[in-house]
Amino acid sequence: MSKLPDVNGGGSVLSRVMRNQILIPLAALFLLAIFNLIADPSFFAITLKENNMGNPVLSGQLISIIDNGSELAILAIGMTLVTASSKGQDISVGAAVAISGSVILRVLCGTDNSPETLQAPIIVAFLVAAVASMLFGAFNGVLVAYFRIQPMVATLILFTAGRSIAAWINNNQLPIAPGEEFKVFGGFIPGIPIPTPFLIAILCFIVTWAMLKFTNIGLYSQSVGINEKTARLNGLNPELIKLATYVILGLCVAVTGLIKVSRISTINYSVIAKDIEMDTILAVALGGNSLSGGKFNMAASILGAYVIQFLTTTLYKFKVPSTALPAYKAVVVIVLVVLSAPVVREKLSRLMKKIRSSKNTAENHA
Amino acid sequence: MQQGSLLELRGIYKTFPGVKALQNVDFTLREGEIHALMGENGAGKSTLIKVLTGVHIKDEGDIFIKGHEGAVQIRSPQEAQRVGISTVYQEITLCPNLSVAENIFIGRSKGVGVKWKEMNRRSAELLDSLGIAVKPTQQLASCSIAVQQMVAIARAVDMECSVLILDEPTSSLDESEVAKLFKRRRQRKERGVGIIFVTHFLDQVYEVCDRITVLRDGQLVGEYEIESLPRLQLVSKMLGKELDDMADIKNETKTFNDDGSTPVYEAQNLCSSEGIKPFDFHIKRGEVNGFTGLLGSGRSECVRAIYGADTVTSGSVKMDGKPVKITKPKDAMKNGIAYLPEDRKRDGIVGDLSVRENIILALQVKTGFFRPFSRAKANEYAEKYIKLLDIKTASTNTPIKSLSGGNQQKVILARWLLTDPKYLILDEPTRGIDVGTKVDIQKLVLKLASEGMSVTFISSETDEMLRTCSRLIVMRDRKVVGELTGDQLTQNTIMETIAGGDRK
Amino acid sequence: MKLKRILSGVISAFLCIGMVAGCSGNDNSKSSTTKKAEAAPAASSGKTIKVGIINNDPNESGYRTANDNDLKAAFSKENGYEPTFAYGKTNDEQIAAAQKMIQDEVDYLLLSAADTAGWDTVLKDAQKAGIKVILFDRTIDADASLYEASIVSDMAKEGQTAVDWLVAQGLSEYNIIHIQGQMGTAAQKGRSGALDTTAKEKGWNIVSQQTAEWNAEKAQQIVQAAIDSGTKFNVIYAENDDMAKGAVAALDKANISHGVGKDVIVMGFDCNKWALTELLNKNWNYDGQCNPFQSSYIKDIITKLENGQKIEPKTIIMDEKGFDAATITQEDVDKYGI
Repeated sequence: MSKLPDVNGGGSVLSRVMRNQILIPLAALFLLAIFNLIADPSFFAITLKENNMGNPVLSGQLISIIDNGSELAILAIGMTLVTASSKGQDISVGAAVAISGSVILRVLCGTDNSPETLQAPIIVAFLVAAVASMLFGAFNGVLVAYFRIQPMVATLILFTAGRSIAAWINNNQLPIAPGEEFKVFGGFIPGIPIPTPFLIAILCFIVTWAMLKFTNIGLYSQSVGINEKTARLNGLNPELIKLATYVILGLCVAVTGLIKVSRISTINYSVIAKDIEMDTILAVALGGNSLSGGKFNMAASILGAYVIQFLTTTLYKFKVPSTALPAYKAVVVIVLVVLSAPVVREKLSRLMKKIRSSKNTAENHA
Repeated sequence: MQQGSLLELRGIYKTFPGVKALQNVDFTLREGEIHALMGENGAGKSTLIKVLTGVHIKDEGDIFIKGHEGAVQIRSPQEAQRVGISTVYQEITLCPNLSVAENIFIGRSKGVGVKWKEMNRRSAELLDSLGIAVKPTQQLASCSIAVQQMVAIARAVDMECSVLILDEPTSSLDESEVAKLFKRRRQRKERGVGIIFVTHFLDQVYEVCDRITVLRDGQLVGEYEIESLPRLQLVSKMLGKELDDMADIKNETKTFNDDGSTPVYEAQNLCSSEGIKPFDFHIKRGEVNGFTGLLGSGRSECVRAIYGADTVTSGSVKMDGKPVKITKPKDAMKNGIAYLPEDRKRDGIVGDLSVRENIILALQVKTGFFRPFSRAKANEYAEKYIKLLDIKTASTNTPIKSLSGGNQQKVILARWLLTDPKYLILDEPTRGIDVGTKVDIQKLVLKLASEGMSVTFISSETDEMLRTCSRLIVMRDRKVVGELTGDQLTQNTIMETIAGGDRK
Repeated sequence: MKLKRILSGVISAFLCIGMVAGCSGNDNSKSSTTKKAEAAPAASSGKTIKVGIINNDPNESGYRTANDNDLKAAFSKENGYEPTFAYGKTNDEQIAAAQKMIQDEVDYLLLSAADTAGWDTVLKDAQKAGIKVILFDRTIDADASLYEASIVSDMAKEGQTAVDWLVAQGLSEYNIIHIQGQMGTAAQKGRSGALDTTAKEKGWNIVSQQTAEWNAEKAQQIVQAAIDSGTKFNVIYAENDDMAKGAVAALDKANISHGVGKDVIVMGFDCNKWALTELLNKNWNYDGQCNPFQSSYIKDIITKLENGQKIEPKTIIMDEKGFDAATITQEDVDKYGI
């Protein structure tokens, strides 16, 4: 195996993109966009309107997608790291979001269910929720890292108990946060027409980018996920790194909880962020990341999250009948996941090569 | 197909991204012969074997097998098994969480049910006949690597097959185990089974093989009768040049001038959780020493204890005369100790990561969590060592797992050299590596020592250690039983020390 | 291997702790809500009556929480009962709880089944043991001889009351966004059925009919999608309050007015206190009740049975109101809000 010219590379931008795993969510996004463009170009219309508070807001399906996809994208960040380092997924994020939301409302509303004014500054509520979520993340992390329980099994505990804990935090009541101030996080900042959840998501992306750029969390978590023994022999502490990824996911959960409860100013313990863990895991998978850990591509995961929201919004837009909705979603998901499977990708690239070579021979003959 | 041939490969091609692994390779295996497949690491031996066993699918070419009309398609290991090809790989490919018996019979049962008793009984017989001292019901993971390899061989031997492939099965076995294996192999030969044997041990080739096929850089060099190809010629064909030989190393003096200075590293009563007896050890600046002993004598465990890779239970350690605490690898790294582990695949490489990331890993960890190298800096480091150690890789971005074993080993070596250690521990750095690279590594060790680095070197090949070490610590039954220097450094004394008093 | 076994033990222990944590949470809530339900006098007979109450997960919805609190307040020790509560999200869990209660020889088994099928065997066991079974909130597919009475909400009637109210509004045209609950649930079927039938009869235009699975946020997205694609509508028929709230959030964002005398009529169900307050503030137009206060009905039946009376007919449908923003009062909010 001497150093040969990179036969597949050829250095062309196209072929380099072809081999990048971000291709999968990009292609899915492209297909969905094409479908919508053909079916109804007005899908892409964006207008500037005023909302009921008299603030200018952008609206349109695309805005809805970046707005509603935010929570998923934020969770996908944490889930990607957790997957990379611990070779498994945290299935308790939905329940953890319920807890985080419940804590926020508890702090904001105090003991009264629907107080006249906020009982505490929002930042305090968020910080308390962040600490709580990170503690629950640490709980999962300790089970996974130190007790070596499989992630799905370890997080099953919080998955089962989480929503009950959330309800218990507020004595089973459904508090309602008063005023417009709190609605900002799930709505719009006065004067800024872009949905706040998307702005928060962007902020999270920047922080994540900085984290990956200015720390070694990427290299460390991947090394631990791929080969824990080697990682240890190279001076890493695999347990600590796994724990850290779960705590980071906890922070993502806290941010998600803030957005979720802010959207409707209240909470429903049993349905808030329901099934979001599955969508989050799907986002990671759609990003072409192996669910059995190791190498990851953060941008692809985030894009995967928006692809899922794109799909959801498309299905709502076309008013797919309620009874058929899961079936449609399942079919699309199956196609996407199968396409992103390494086996299929290898087959496809071989097929591409064949087509190209036959084309070449045809040209040569001509 | 020719008369008398069992298996024929014609014009095989196989390409991986960035690498032409096989180009127009022919191979013929005749009935009842043992056929050695030789070549440097990366010559394409493993790829050829994998094409034959259905792990990889060939891009072009034909495979013919006796008893099958026309060309045979082998698209999966099951298909290979069906046409009578049975394989033992270099790396153990069994299921560690199953029992020994289950591993021997997995995927071979006919019908639905499993007859546990029958299975365990037959396994016991088989293991007994091969002289493997292990219970059929024992979990495979709890066996030593050598035993695991023997189980893999037992499994392959027991299968109904006409072609038996042994892909470096002996690299983790000691001599008596190899002898047992050869015995079994001759029995097979009598039954008309053809054996393809891949190994780096020239002795074994000349002891058992009838014919040799040599590959180099993915291409066929030639097929030779064993009698017509002396060793030196074989080696030169494998390397593609006349061997400048190990001679230039061989005659160098290995005496180390002890100037009475403080040792770089000194341990007293060091002991780890892995069952070795407490031992004392020291190494001085520029010294090369080694641990020797039979497989399982505890030589690896000793260096692991030094590095803090296993839990250290007792002992005091001094670096440059100052007491230090080394309880985990990070401590050792901070003190300038580097450790190249014995099991490259399990403890050395981070398979999916690139060559670049594998090279910078240790230095990066040493530098700290909040100070990652820039991409350019990392590339610079990687390029430097790729050049310095002549690592054959398509680019710094190539995943390390797609490199050949020898090049992987060089990457791990590069990783540790990059940290600029005071004290370098090499545990079997040359295992499963071609002759050329072996010599390279030995030369490198001596060069590093001459520049002032202290090196501890472990190898199962004693002559390799004799060539590099000026002092040997001899282990037996997890205990240090002797220390040899100067004139004592001969094969005979080493053997005597290993064997112990009752042999005399 | 051994370690794994120990670990799995640890996990199950944790799971149990988790459950207990969840359940104990519910107990805590009792004290704060006791005053809410009207305290009934102790059972007339003077002896304590052992009741086993099997309910669904109280965190499922505000409705279920109110229902659970109501039962807890009514069947308390002070009121002369010895209650055992059990909760289950699935039939299996509930059947296991029922069997335990039969062994404990309760006098009455009160059951709100998670699933309609599969209750025959356990109810026969109860009958043999002389335990009287009263179903509340949900019916089951079993012979009527196996239980004494069944107290239910008639979801179809709830839906019909709401749709009748909508008819009475006499709009010139009806363009309805219909947000459905979790498909296949009794509430969804009843409430959807009434609207579907009437819409067909009257030629109403249902512009969008999708499930938000009781989830406010999904409802918001559905309405958002309708607004973004320029769909015209003047009625939002949401099958519970949460989803109505989500829909309203989308309307607010698009500056579409809603409520009494505004562009869009908003309808919800379940009569949460906050939802009734929205009605009071004229932001919403209608809220249909789904009565969670079943304890008074059950007590009534127990008294009758204790006196040797027969319950005829066995199925008792509770009174359920529909509230109109135009007529709702603060008293209604306090009395019927859950």
